[in-house]
Amino acid sequence: MSTSNNIAQARKLVEQLRIEAGFERIKVSKAAADLMSYCEQHARSDPLLVGVPTSENPFKDKKPCIIL
Amino acid sequence: MGEMEQLRKEAESLKDDITAARKAVQDLTLQDHVAGTAVVGRVQLKTRKTLRGHLAKIYAMHWGTDSKLCVSASQDGKLIVWDSYSTNKVHAIPLKSSWVMTCSYAPSGNMVACGGLDNMCSIYNLKAKDGNVKVMRELAAHTGYLSCCRFLSDSEIITSSGDCTCLLWDIETGTEKTVFAGHLGDCMSLGVAPDFNTFISGACDFTAKLWDIRDGQCRQTFGGHESDINAIGFFPNGNAVITGSDDASCKLYDLRSDQELITFQDSSIMCGVTSLAPSLSGRLLLAGYDDFNCNIWDTLKAERVGVLSGHDNRVSCIGVTPDGMACCTGSWDSFLKIWN
Repeated sequence: MSTSNNIAQARKLVEQLRIEAGFERIKVSKAAADLMSYCEQHARSDPLLVGVPTSENPFKDKKPCIIL
Repeated sequence: MGEMEQLRKEAESLKDDITAARKAVQDLTLQDHVAGTAVVGRVQLKTRKTLRGHLAKIYAMHWGTDSKLCVSASQDGKLIVWDSYSTNKVHAIPLKSSWVMTCSYAPSGNMVACGGLDNMCSIYNLKAKDGNVKVMRELAAHTGYLSCCRFLSDSEIITSSGDCTCLLWDIETGTEKTVFAGHLGDCMSLGVAPDFNTFISGACDFTAKLWDIRDGQCRQTFGGHESDINAIGFFPNGNAVITGSDDASCKLYDLRSDQELITFQDSSIMCGVTSLAPSLSGRLLLAGYDDFNCNIWDTLKAERVGVLSGHDNRVSCIGVTPDGMACCTGSWDSFLKIWN
């Protein structure tokens, strides 16, 4: 019967919300600091951020040699 | 008071508790924290390769772990495995159903998977002894379209579906191990955490959910978007989740503080986000849009620092190589482009 279905769904939702409400949250200041710190630590090895020297770029165009 | 009414009240009360708990840890915003940081300089990436060969819209692409091979899926009914360095096609796999919406490359490089309106996830063995690529398994159980799939290993794969659920499969037996139910709308996209213990899903109920892979439990739910979430991915350290939506914005949600930290939007952008990928350090966020472009955002400052334009139709998929060397965009114009 659809009423008992609705109640079952409502019970599940409450159960799920209880789990989510019980989550232990850290302070945003700590979360933000860690995000920033990760970016800083890895910036120098991020090719899209710092650029790729042509000699090390596996995708660079290999121009054919022209024999004059 | 009837039980239904009681449950409704309890749900509302718990939602208020969650909102209050999130606010209680908001001692500082991300914006405050990065106020002293400069925006990254203008990022100008060039198309290095164009992968030509598909005859219709490309819907999905996924890099192999070697950062060289990648797989793409098109509604021309083919999966193509490309050597992106040479642009050669390593495999061109004809599909039973051309209505494909997703593809995935196994971390081992031994298999690829795809699926779509056939509601199934088909697994292909690339390393069969006779050299022919053929279907290894057809994973059928979803009652809606397959929107996304990601291998955990050669023996397990996670799928998301228009039937509002995600499934963890045992590839060997071809059966479902775990159902992840809870979304109230089509699941559109999924991403696996770097440590493979959890995964995230984005759906048409405007929320993103974090799931424990082993016990099937939804641990966290993130709202805030005003329309369908089409794309989702983890920030490289696994502590944050980035979503892209039809509401024209991307959002970054921090997992440990359980809340949205930043929104990536601009009044000049009025079309939906189709796909996204962070750069290796996480400092750049590349996002594909319905307006044929891909915007590059400074993840910490939420400012646009670059644009990839070159496609003649919607950018439907984007992926950054595991080694961070390049990004690949796939489009409805039937081409894939490699940029760095």
